[in-house]
Amino acid sequence: MSGLTAFLVSMIAAATPLLFAATGELVTEKSGVLNLGVEGMMLIGAVTAFSVGVVTGNTWLAALMGAFAGAAMSLIFAFLTLSLRASQVATGLALTLFGVGLSASIGQGYVGIPIETMTKLHISWLSDLPFIGPILFSQDPLVYLSVILVAAVWWFINCTRSGLVVRAVGESHEAAHAIGYNVVGIRYLAVAFGGAMAGLGGAYLPLAYTPMWIENMTAGRGWIALALVVFATWRPGRVLLGAYLFGGVTILQLHAQALGFDMPPQFMSMLPYLATIVVLVLISRDATRIRLNAPADIGKVFHPQA
Amino acid sequence: MKHITIKTVVLAIVAVTVAAAIAAIFVGKLDWGGLVPGAAQIDKVKAGFVYVGPTNDNGWTYRHDQGRLTAEKALGGEMESTFVETVSEGAAAERVIQQLAASGHDIIFTTSFGYMNPTLKVAKRFPNVKFEHATGFKRDENVATYNARFYEGRTVAGIIAARMTKANVIGYIGAFPIPEVVRGINATIIAARRINPNVIAKVVWANTWHDPAKEADAAKVLLDQGADIIMQHTDSAAPCQIAQERGAWCVGQAADQSAFAPKAQLTAIVDVWGPYYTDRIKAVMDGTWTSGDTWGGLAAGMVEMAPLNAAIPSHVQAEANMAIADLKSGTLHSFQGPITDQSGKLVIMMGEQLDDGVLAGMDWYVQGVQGSLPK
Repeated sequence: MSGLTAFLVSMIAAATPLLFAATGELVTEKSGVLNLGVEGMMLIGAVTAFSVGVVTGNTWLAALMGAFAGAAMSLIFAFLTLSLRASQVATGLALTLFGVGLSASIGQGYVGIPIETMTKLHISWLSDLPFIGPILFSQDPLVYLSVILVAAVWWFINCTRSGLVVRAVGESHEAAHAIGYNVVGIRYLAVAFGGAMAGLGGAYLPLAYTPMWIENMTAGRGWIALALVVFATWRPGRVLLGAYLFGGVTILQLHAQALGFDMPPQFMSMLPYLATIVVLVLISRDATRIRLNAPADIGKVFHPQA
Repeated sequence: MKHITIKTVVLAIVAVTVAAAIAAIFVGKLDWGGLVPGAAQIDKVKAGFVYVGPTNDNGWTYRHDQGRLTAEKALGGEMESTFVETVSEGAAAERVIQQLAASGHDIIFTTSFGYMNPTLKVAKRFPNVKFEHATGFKRDENVATYNARFYEGRTVAGIIAARMTKANVIGYIGAFPIPEVVRGINATIIAARRINPNVIAKVVWANTWHDPAKEADAAKVLLDQGADIIMQHTDSAAPCQIAQERGAWCVGQAADQSAFAPKAQLTAIVDVWGPYYTDRIKAVMDGTWTSGDTWGGLAAGMVEMAPLNAAIPSHVQAEANMAIADLKSGTLHSFQGPITDQSGKLVIMMGEQLDDGVLAGMDWYVQGVQGSLPK
């Protein structure tokens, strides 16, 4: 593998957990709900996927259960915020704290155990092609799934009637309610989808990236995913761009260090954040369009008026 | 803001409290038994331990907790111990240390660098309690410091690496550019270049102790840039896993990581705190405890090497075992002259060795390390 190929392969792997989590949160936020519990849901997804992987040895089942666990966590959030109408910000933060603790406790018996990584795709001659082979045809299956899901979410949000309904609920829950949509029900579904995606993003780490469980192994990726959604101005395509950019600069700064660039590592570690913010801010300078794209009722508690 | 009613606020608070309480119960392996006042028995020595991570981190904290258990075993019914895990450095640490001191503990071990100032602060308030701070440099009447000479293990690793590398490039992942980590890098390269002067080290700083995915990224990058041996001074086994996946070598850190990389791990540098903890608790029992600084290596049994990989040729194994014996007996020193720094300046002449003062503040690279050390 040439240097560029190796770089791109590492970049895609680094971006994938963020891509899952951010795409899920985008749908949640489009429906007008702000769930700050992404980090907690990712950790629960990771520990569930790992334990299922250890017990059954089936990585596909493990990924699926990771997604389910993430969704289950998000339903706790949904119940508190949508049914009991608690503050979304406070509940989301609590969900993260809860997820960190609960995953650590579930994972206690799994520290120090290795598992097999997910088998990577291999198509006889396509995967052996120079350059595009390793990048396009030799990834693990979850990488392809993440890109497919971004496309599916884009299509759902922009091209389907149901997507329009989700957006309507996020723009004005009062209006959506007035014309007869079940605001709370739709938001439950959007939150659960976000939870499942966060769970998958978490599951990617122990299944395909670093095949082990360690407490707090997401190391803040949930927060980065949350930030990506805002900087991508709630557009799936830009979430993809942002995640790959973040992953790319992360790998690039490590390469620069190994090449002996004379720059403080603290600054280098900051670069991915800086670059992603700068680029996404630059491509969305049009303030009016951002305001149009941001769900107007995000984070607001819905009290149905009779 | 008309939607925020008292009800929502109350519900939010209840939600946060319930979730936090459940989390606390689940995480709560905290051994509060020893913290209950009145539970103290005069005839037993009570030892308290403050940990920065969870006891099952398979690394730093795990090794300290193993040390605690060794001491408990050695001293039998004469001591009892309490530990508090995952205590963040700073204000929270001060509260935990204070609580341990106030609840009848005779000796308290604080096992992370960031506990230095909280330990000293609490020690002032409890002159009759003994405190032991790991890896720090500030002492008091009742505050001793202790650390292990991990770098001696790096010397052994450097010798093996020099014999095993084909690319002549060692990829080194550091957490932060502090003397502790720099000593390890320098010790590795000094030992390696005595055998093979063409060996160089490429260094990448992860800027974290704990982020397995990022540690894995760093390992990939170093292998992509031509290294065939990965060494890391971060907490997880992720770099070893990458080495295993790519058919390269690695050296484990803090604990034996061969479970994750049975083929790739050449050896590992393992911390051993048990004998030290036993001695110090015994000294409290006997009334002979005094403050001081302990910095022990292979000879003191505070550092051990994990079993050497069977793939290492027997003459290299013999060479490594010889180095271990010489480091123990003192005929070999990790920082024996001549040592030149990156600019080619002779730092210490043949026949002399760097003293502990220089080692404690080491902020420069020796010749053979690529790049410049961030200041």
